[in-house]
Amino acid sequence: MVVELYLDLLSQPCRALFIFAKKNNIPFEFKHVELLKGQHLSEEFGKVNVLKKVPALKDGAFTLAESIAILLYLSRKFNTPDHWYPSDLQKRARVDEYLSWQHTTIREKGCQIFIIKVLVPLLIGQPFSPEKLEEAVKELNSVLNQFEEKFLQNKPFIVGNEISLADLMAIVELMEPVGCGCDIFENRPKLVEWRSRVEEAVGKELFQQAHEILLNAKNLSTTQLPPELRESMKRLLKP
Amino acid sequence: MFILKNAGRMGLELYLDLLSQPCRAVYIFAKKNNIPFEFKHVELFKGQHCRGEFGKMNILKKVPALKDGVLTLAESTAILLYLSWKYNTPDHWYPSDTQKRAQVDEYLSWHHTNIRGNAGKALWIKVLIPLFTGQTLPPEKLQEVMDELAISLKQFEEKFLQDKPFIVGSEISLADLMAIVELMQPIGVGCDIFEDRPKLSEWRNQVEEAVGKELFQEAHELILNIKELSNIQIDPQLKEHLAPVLRKMMK
Repeated sequence: MVVELYLDLLSQPCRALFIFAKKNNIPFEFKHVELLKGQHLSEEFGKVNVLKKVPALKDGAFTLAESIAILLYLSRKFNTPDHWYPSDLQKRARVDEYLSWQHTTIREKGCQIFIIKVLVPLLIGQPFSPEKLEEAVKELNSVLNQFEEKFLQNKPFIVGNEISLADLMAIVELMEPVGCGCDIFENRPKLVEWRSRVEEAVGKELFQQAHEILLNAKNLSTTQLPPELRESMKRLLKP
Repeated sequence: MFILKNAGRMGLELYLDLLSQPCRAVYIFAKKNNIPFEFKHVELFKGQHCRGEFGKMNILKKVPALKDGVLTLAESTAILLYLSWKYNTPDHWYPSDTQKRAQVDEYLSWHHTNIRGNAGKALWIKVLIPLFTGQTLPPEKLQEVMDELAISLKQFEEKFLQDKPFIVGSEISLADLMAIVELMQPIGVGCDIFEDRPKLSEWRNQVEEAVGKELFQEAHELILNIKELSNIQIDPQLKEHLAPVLRKMMK
């Protein structure tokens, strides 16, 4: 029985999982949960993840939410190469440190930009608020400074010389603003270089494949979103 | 003010202020597991986390932080995991069983933006914002915050606790530890989130017992007496440092 991954590649953590599983040749069944059709709010998906969020994993009777938990589970179950989550205690601690820190910083601020610029307009049918966007970009820049100063510094990757789960989770988050036309890599040469290295380590083709939907965000539409779900989603967003 | 010890002293150092929820988790874990460490008090109200030697050691300027020889580490989750591996703590804290471990990871991840995001706000609204700005916020603000916490608590009970004694199986783990220290924060300011939640109350008792009541009390003494700090002198640099955060919370 093959592992099922419930994903929508619009979502950053879903992309991290998709890339990780593909890169490591982990056999899985891609279960598409289309966020813009409100499929994550369905009762059926609720049986897989009562929190009604993607990504989610189903491995036989075992279900799991939260991308970090799923990535770690897959890395252990499929014995992926050490560099993803190093066995060296100090290196591993560095990966844990980034994965913990990123929730309320890179992830939160990156999400805000996507919500303000793309999602809310799609849901309410009005243009985005430039003031809110400016504020969100400012906040993201502040955490990007911390990212460069504390986590990346002058190293090729966040932990040492090879890509790890930390870089993977970071890159997919930082692509989100890019996908809505906010090039946060502009004027950040160190970050640009790191991004190139990460893309190469992942494999350019796989990286492109994972980001295709996002990079065509202007083609997104919520016309297939049932009205009652539109209201639920608006409430959940709280921009 | 503390002085950073020179490199000749190689013991484990934990930089903590027990007013902070994640600091309490690290403190309890280290004590419970008899991990030898030097308690380096970083007094948040005095702004000690923002500057000086501590600020240089941990550029994120937050507690808790760990120093172990040349390794410095931030983020309580990372610190707890590091200590559990280095000191080979009992399995139940972070089970070797892949599925149980995944369930601990799942909680620790969700925790950041749900329980941790919401539980601390009551303290800000009722004590810290008035202390820092001299302004009291309208009661609706507190209600808003408690309503959001209620949603997280509902998910906590339905998804993570269910009918089990602990989040993962029948023994305490890092998941329960991180959760309990957060949920004690509103208690300190008189918001008893355990009232009317019998299942949560029972879980709390079980966690306290597993930790040891004395250690639990010791760790929570400061927060449970936070009201006594209402006359404390706030460091002016700290006020400045926090001004943007305060403005945002007051909106």
